[in-house]
This record gives sequence, structure tokens and C-alpha cells, in this order.
Amino acid sequence: MKKSSTSVQEPPAAAAYRPTPPPAWRPRTDPAPLLPDPEPYRAIGTDAAADADPALLLRLYTELVRGRRYNTQATALTKQGRLAVYPSSTGQEACEVAAALVLRERDWLFPSYRDTLACVVRGLDPVQALTLLRGDWHSGYDPREHRVAPLSTPLATQLPHAVGLAHAARLKGDDVVALALVGDGGTSEGDFHEALNFAAVWRAPVVFLVQNNGFAISVPLAKQSAAPSLAHKAVGYGMPGRLVDGNDALAVHTVLAEAMARARRGDGPTLVEAVTYRVDAHTNADDATRYRDAAEVETWRAHDPVRLLERELLARGVLDEAGVARAAEAAETMAARLRDRMNAEPALDPMEIFAHIWAEPTPQLREQAAQLRAELEAEASPDGGAGAGEGSGEAR
Amino acid sequence: MTAVGTAAPAEARSATMAQALRRAMRDAMAEDQSVHVLGEDVGTLGGVFRITDGLAAEFGDARCTDTPLAEAGILGAAVGMAMYGLRPVVEMQFDAFAYPSFEQLISHVAKMRNRTRGAMPLPITVRVPYGGGIGGVEHHSDSSEAYYMATPGLHVVTPATVEDAYGLLRASIASDDPVVFLEPKRLYWSKAAWSPDEPAAVAPIGRAVVRRRGSGATLITYGPSVPVCLEAAEAAREEGWDLEVIDLRSLVPFDDETVTASVRRTGRAVVVHESTGFGGPGGEIAARITERCFHQLEAPVLRVAGFDIPYPPPMLERHHLPGVDRVLDAVARLQWETES
Repeated sequence: MKKSSTSVQEPPAAAAYRPTPPPAWRPRTDPAPLLPDPEPYRAIGTDAAADADPALLLRLYTELVRGRRYNTQATALTKQGRLAVYPSSTGQEACEVAAALVLRERDWLFPSYRDTLACVVRGLDPVQALTLLRGDWHSGYDPREHRVAPLSTPLATQLPHAVGLAHAARLKGDDVVALALVGDGGTSEGDFHEALNFAAVWRAPVVFLVQNNGFAISVPLAKQSAAPSLAHKAVGYGMPGRLVDGNDALAVHTVLAEAMARARRGDGPTLVEAVTYRVDAHTNADDATRYRDAAEVETWRAHDPVRLLERELLARGVLDEAGVARAAEAAETMAARLRDRMNAEPALDPMEIFAHIWAEPTPQLREQAAQLRAELEAEASPDGGAGAGEGSGEAR
Repeated sequence: MTAVGTAAPAEARSATMAQALRRAMRDAMAEDQSVHVLGEDVGTLGGVFRITDGLAAEFGDARCTDTPLAEAGILGAAVGMAMYGLRPVVEMQFDAFAYPSFEQLISHVAKMRNRTRGAMPLPITVRVPYGGGIGGVEHHSDSSEAYYMATPGLHVVTPATVEDAYGLLRASIASDDPVVFLEPKRLYWSKAAWSPDEPAAVAPIGRAVVRRRGSGATLITYGPSVPVCLEAAEAAREEGWDLEVIDLRSLVPFDDETVTASVRRTGRAVVVHESTGFGGPGGEIAARITERCFHQLEAPVLRVAGFDIPYPPPMLERHHLPGVDRVLDAVARLQWETES
């Protein structure tokens, strides 16, 4: 006979008919409660904030301020034509910052296209992190250097990679946890399901963070999912789901830290849903006024992640006005430097488009490379490129 | 069934393609700790075709892993494993079952080296049993090679002999680039003189091989159609046609050199494969031949391919698959009379 479980999923006793299951017809159930609490976890304004390490609080605050400035600067760069596109994470900085800061050096981050900020907080060169969005290469960094996977544009497809990497690390006996980021829209993709299922079955040391910012481009959550919360989806896979206020940096950090610790202990994956809001449009190419109310945006602005933590820290005396000014100044310095570096023309070698397809180029690729080289040489020659009608004739 | 590696010397003189493939994985796993096999049913069962039989017993289920039934998840997990330095060998059970994994294959597996400017190559081998002729119901007999060929970043390899099955699979697993390894499932039980104790040198990926010398016309083929073409070439002798047969072995990279040299000599070419003619590999191959050999051609390059239909039900598949007669009919249309 099956022992009665402490889990909350026990069906009502009133069930009229229950067939006797054959032995071992279902996998072991986790004794820990899997269902998320009905209300998102909050730390700011509670005793948890009072007990928190002041150094961590200040670090979170500094990065939030820098992160906000980074978002506004990158958005400005799109208007100047320096970035092809920038999916801003303004309003979601608490998630981005907490996700990066919760990782130890050997852990891995699997970002989606909106998570440039997390990559930068993780330590990536901001210009390299923006390479994809500037348009000079698809990914501008060596993933192994900072243990950050390439920004993934297809939705949720990076989640199984996180599972595979975490699984491989554990097979090798390495103490590594993978943290994978995905949006609310991404939870509808098949790869989300497959990744969570693999992670739970393999008990892989991986943490999934859903940044629920309310919209998948224009489609609101209500049209995306009928689940009570996205964290509820964890239950069906046999992993805990956690719901957290995504604008409360300390809360996100706390919940992620617990999930990371759980993964590290060998207790398997966790699904965390951070409830937040995308204050800017999907990208600079989007018109958010077509699908949402200005009043709704204002409500969320009042719950701004940067101000939320700032007020808390000022009230508790962890931060003073001078500290606020220092953080703003550091952010300004970062923005100025980013602007200067992004204003420099990237040095592009057109021949590089043939360089990284296979370890050895195919004979066909060699022929095509020779063709482009000849075209570039013709353009560069004094009388060459006449009538081509475009470019300076200089092959860079 | 004899377990690979424990066969008596007398039996080891001949082997099936299935045994050679299994031996290739076994040897690769024994040599290199980073080689991992994963897929649906590859562990305890040894795969539905038993190609992975014995690997879990020998290397443990951490090295030969039964996964949940989810092709995108299998390949996606393999990407992460490869990112961490492992060499995953993925089994896709059947050709048409691989389709859910296409996004992982096309958007990530094929592109990771490129996206990361060469920093992160993915040494993944995706084994796909493909093609018809085994009486399978729908979704069990597709020839999906054209889809893979159309994606830069993938190698596409298909053996036709027992020796090549071993050599090409070893080469694929050793490759630092992803390889779609297409296994002609109707040749799984074809036997040949081959001893795992003296395995053939590993065939380099990207080289075609002339299976039969001839001077009158070239049959260009691969995988399950190679034995068909060899049989057709024998039969053609009665008509006085001396046919050369090229086994491509690798569709990507494509060996223009071997194909061009042959067709320039013979002046006539027929491309033979099971997958559809329209949008199929034969169109690309015929175009390449025409571009390079136009002045030596005595006749248009012809294609003998599967019809442009969804793979037919098993009781009708013999009408669809290119057989010896259809190959000979095409050879007959090569304007032989203009030569004499």
C-alpha cells in the first residue's frame, strides 16, 4: 500500500473509485512541498531585509543603479543607430542582477536575448555582450571564459542546454549549477517542457528562472497560460515551484540562492517565477501603447525595483544620500565609457563569415571564400568597384 | 546474437552493419571517457534496432543513457553536455522521429561554432536510422538527408558497407563538428567479411569512393541505393554498358573531385537515391555535375529518385523505391546511340 504523502496534491478522500495501482507504477514523490505559496515572496519591508547582509544589499543596489543606467544607455544607442535592436530589461533589473550575483564563479548562466544585463553583471565586457545586438557577430564572447552561454534568440531552446551542461558537470564530479533564464512566453514552448522534465528525471543541478514580465511581445499572460501561476508548472515535473516578487532584488536573490543550494546538494532542479513587468516596449521596434494601458505601466513604475531597494536601504541606514550619489556617479561613468566604446566603428573582416562554419572549411566553402576575396580586392583596387554604386570601395 | 568483442575468431570474419556500428561506439567509448550515448531505449533494450546493445552493461547507464521520450530534449541536453566537454552520440530511433529536434539541430547544433566565433565547437554525432525497404508504417521510412544538407555547419554522412559503418562512425564521433550520421536501416543486417579485430582505417569524412570501375556512365549514389546500383551495373553488362558506381559516403562535405573526374571520363551520369527528386539531393548533384562537366557530357544528367510523395504505406513501397530496373531504364535513356 502507498503511504499517505505529506504533499499537498493528495486527492480528496471523497473519490468514489480508485483502482489499485500495480506496484511501482509511478516514480518516487518528493517529500518537499512542490506547490508555490499563493503570494510572491517579498523580503523588502520585512524582517528578512533587516537580517540581510548589508554588503549584499549594497552590492544589489549598486548593480541595480548601474543596470538601470545600462538599459537607458543601450536604448539610446538604438536611437543613434549604434545597436540594431535592444530588448530592454528596464523594470526587470532586480531579476537580472540577482541572477548574476547568485552565481559562483564556476556556475553557468544561460541567458535569453533580453538578458544582456545579467551577462554584464556576471562580468562580461559590455561591448562583447552587445555584439549580437549591434550586429557585428552573433555572439561576441567565449562562453567558457565567464561561463555564460550565448544569448539565445529562439525561445526556451537554451533550457535543455542548461540541463545537459549541469548533468555533464555532475557526471564529471564538478560542483557546478546552471541557472537558465526564460520569459513568460517561453514557458509555452515545447523546449521548456522537455528541459524541465529532463532536469527533474535526471535530478540535474539546474535552476530555471522565469521572468514573468506580463507580455510576450504583445500577448498578455492571460492569453499565454491558464495555470494559476507559472511556478505551478513545476509540480507536474516533480520539482518545487517558487513564486517571488521580481522587483524585490533581495527576494529574488534569496529564493534563487535557496534553489542553487538545493541543486548543489544534489536535490535537483527548481522552477522560480519572478513576477515583474517590462516597463519599456518589447524592443525599440515595438509599440507597446497598442496593447497596454499607460495606467498599468504607472502602477508598476511605483513598484520600481531600484527605488524599492533604495528606500529600504535609506530607511534602514544602510545607505545615505552620499551613497546614492556615489552609485549614480559610478553608473554615469559606466554609461559614458559604454557610449565611447560603442561609438567606435567595429573592425569587421568580411572574410570571417567563412571562418567558423566547420573546423575545416568544405571545398565548396573555399571556392566561395575565394570569390568574395576577389570581389573585395576588386573593390579595393584604385579602378575597381567603379559602378558598383555602394560603399567606400575600402575592404575593411 | 553474438556480443561484439566476445565473438569467436571464426565468427568475427564476417559481421553485419549493425555489429560494426555497435563496435564503433564501443571502441570510441572505451578509448575516450567523454563519449556518451543517449537516446530513447538505447540502454536496457539496446535500441529498437539493438545498435547500442551491451553498451549500458559495459559502460554503465551514465555513459549509455535512456532518456525521456523527447527528441528536442535529447539533442538539447546533448548540446549542453558538449558545451561542458563531453562527446554525445545521440540516437534518433527513426528518421521521422528526429523532426521535433530540428530547431535544436538547425538553430544551435549547426551554429554554435559560428555564433561563438570558433570558441565553442559541438562534437555531437546524431545517429538517424533512415530510409525505407523494411516494411515500416508511416514515419518510419523517411529519407530526410536534404533537410540536413541544407544546413551549413552540419556534416552529413551515410555508410553503405560494413567497413564504412565502422570507419565513418568512428570518424564522426572523433569529429569536433556535429555530424548527422544517417544509417540505412535496410542495410543493418547486410553482412560482409569484416573483423572487428582488424578494423579498417577510419574513413575520412568528405571522400567519395568508386565502388565499381566503368567507362560508359557513372552512377552516383549513397547509402541504401549503393547495393541497388552495384546490382544494376552488373545487369547492365548484358546490354554492353560499362557502368562506374560512386558511393558518396558523405553528402556534406561533398566530394566534387571524385564525381567530376568520373563523369568527365564517362560523359554520362545518373544520380540515384531514395529521397524525393524534387528538392532532393539529386538536383544539387546534377547541377554541380552540369556546371563542371558540361562539355564532356554526352547526355543530360538524369535522376532516379523516390517519387515526390509522402513515403508510401509498406505494401506499396516497392513501387516507390528506386530499384534495379528503374536505374537501368535511366541508363538506357543516356543517348547511347549518339556515341556509336
